[in-house]
Amino acid sequence: MTPLLAADPAAAFGQFLLIGLVSGLLYALIALGYTMVYGIVELINFAHGDLFMLGCLLSLEVCLLVGARTQAEAGTAAGVAAVALMLVAAPVFCAALNIAVDRAVYRPLRTAPKLAPLVSAIGVSFVFMGVGLFWKGATDVTFPDLLGPPIPPDAVNAAPPVPANLLEGTGLRFTFKDLMVVLVTIPTMAALTVFVRYTTLGKAMRATAQNPTAAQLMGINVDRVIAATFAIGGALAGVGSVVYSLYFNTVNYQMGFQNGVYAFTAAVLGGIGNIPGAVLGGIVIGVVKTLGGAYIGSEWSEALIFAILVVILIFRPNGLLGARTREKV
Amino acid sequence: MSPRAVLAAAWQPALFLALAALPFVPDRQVGLYTQQLTPLFILALLALGLNVVVGYTGLLHLGIAAFFGIGAYAVGILTVQTFPFQLAFPLAILVGVLAAAGLGVATTAPTLRLRGDYLALVTMGFGLIIVFVIRNLGNITEGTRGLNPVTPKLLPWVADPDLRAVRPEGMGWGRYWHDYPYFYLLCLGLLGATTLLLRNLENSRLGRSWVALREDELAASCMGLNPAKLKLTAIAIGAGIAGLAGGLYAIAQQTTGGPEAYDFNRSMITLCCVILGGLGNRPGVLLGVFLLVGYDMVLTPVLDTAVQKPDFQNLFPEWMRGKQYLKVSGWRLIVFGMALILMMRFRPEGLLPAARLKHELHPGPAAAAKG
Repeated sequence: MTPLLAADPAAAFGQFLLIGLVSGLLYALIALGYTMVYGIVELINFAHGDLFMLGCLLSLEVCLLVGARTQAEAGTAAGVAAVALMLVAAPVFCAALNIAVDRAVYRPLRTAPKLAPLVSAIGVSFVFMGVGLFWKGATDVTFPDLLGPPIPPDAVNAAPPVPANLLEGTGLRFTFKDLMVVLVTIPTMAALTVFVRYTTLGKAMRATAQNPTAAQLMGINVDRVIAATFAIGGALAGVGSVVYSLYFNTVNYQMGFQNGVYAFTAAVLGGIGNIPGAVLGGIVIGVVKTLGGAYIGSEWSEALIFAILVVILIFRPNGLLGARTREKV
Repeated sequence: MSPRAVLAAAWQPALFLALAALPFVPDRQVGLYTQQLTPLFILALLALGLNVVVGYTGLLHLGIAAFFGIGAYAVGILTVQTFPFQLAFPLAILVGVLAAAGLGVATTAPTLRLRGDYLALVTMGFGLIIVFVIRNLGNITEGTRGLNPVTPKLLPWVADPDLRAVRPEGMGWGRYWHDYPYFYLLCLGLLGATTLLLRNLENSRLGRSWVALREDELAASCMGLNPAKLKLTAIAIGAGIAGLAGGLYAIAQQTTGGPEAYDFNRSMITLCCVILGGLGNRPGVLLGVFLLVGYDMVLTPVLDTAVQKPDFQNLFPEWMRGKQYLKVSGWRLIVFGMALILMMRFRPEGLLPAARLKHELHPGPAAAAKG
């Protein structure tokens, strides 16, 4: 047991819950990409997690180009510019890459047996991992903590400053970084929901998800709609990668698989193809992972998530929200 | 018989005999190369096991390495000194095969009603869980260190014969039955026997039922076949073969190794072999193993030593030297990935296709019009 756990069990539980919620929002962002693509082409996009990984590496590259190399640049012009630039560059990059992969790999297989695109997606995932390996090497790379507390220039060897607590006095810790996750993910999800529900393209997506043939007969360009879905899913992975890198501050070429499986589990848990379901699933996964890590042991928390995946798929393949809301995108 | 038919009938036994003759070539260097084929045979067994599930029956299984691991750890636990069992080889390997087959049935039975892609995910999740179980149950499995030494006795009640007395000089032959070339010949023999078994199975009622199930489950069940029973039989046989491969793998290495040897990557590489060679076709699967595992385990280390010499590295600008893309091993993910993508796109039936699958994937105009 951690010392925190022994001192005040209730506060510790609340803290773990909070950490779980924040990381769950991150998984939800990635899960949305899985769920949208599955909803429309019934493809489990294995490469989505690795697309997210490439987004993280691109964000790191942006930091290095702008000159924000360490935490010392946090709050300076270079640091702010780096964050702003990566929030644009990573989603655009991931969206473009996802469209390209769809065009080159998945589209020719639309009419093939269903397992063919799935196997191709595994292949794309391997290729992405190989690219990540070439890009940043095989070891963990530190991502500059640009949202951490600024380091005063005179304190070179002092202990790193403690980030400010926004919930001071309540017994819980909620830093600026946690706030950033909430401030980026929740509006993104809200915008997505509005987009899918109220725009013409969103309507076309829902129509294609329900019945591609009928949608085509109604004059919808199905290939364009699918490309748009891949673009949005990729952009969400890009946003997720920026938030993730700034939050956890370490990236490597293998991070995509694990986070991809978590996010995928979240999507399945919420009912794959279902947008609110993916968000709910992400939060549940985040909370289960944190609480499981705290109370059962961190070496089992991953196995716990995979066990949830298996159990949900076997006993409730439609997911938690799948049965109630049949509408998919 | 036409020459072509003779070749088609004879090339497999001929290859088998040639491989069996290799250790008797009186040259030390040949012996060193031959030795490296043992893991290739074992992984070929694993791929043949996966082929029963994916190729014959059409269930996309992404966790075959779990059964490989179960076989390896069952043999490890039953034979190492730290446990009280210390069974002999045939008994330990039998338990490994049965454990893998039993676990295969137990984990597949609840998933039978799932669709293809969901089944793939359940099997993947199961494979991942097994790796964590192996890693975390440290007081049984020794965690990441692995169980060793896995050196079972050949027969119960009889001490292992010391084979130094009978071996010829200067050919690199080992002392005990689990050394080269005895173990090499044993693995080759088991691979040959499994191939024969599978060939007969393909032509049996069971094998034909599997194919019928793969082609159209509804039609097959209307014809009176029992899909649940057939799928469970397929997984039991496939997992059993994978368990056999796992047990042999542990003995070949004299350790179970860490759990990494049985993770998702192993499942994926095996799947790559099956798909590259030709789903459902034994010679194709063996060719796939030879190409991909051969590239991965034999060719890559040889080429890597060549590539890392300064002569080669100096051909490139300073900032590129020593990077992953100047190593052959760095390309392995991209090679495997591209193999999957290109095969699915251009030749989904594999390099050596099974006749039926080829027809299905490249139908004539009449079949295409039907939809």
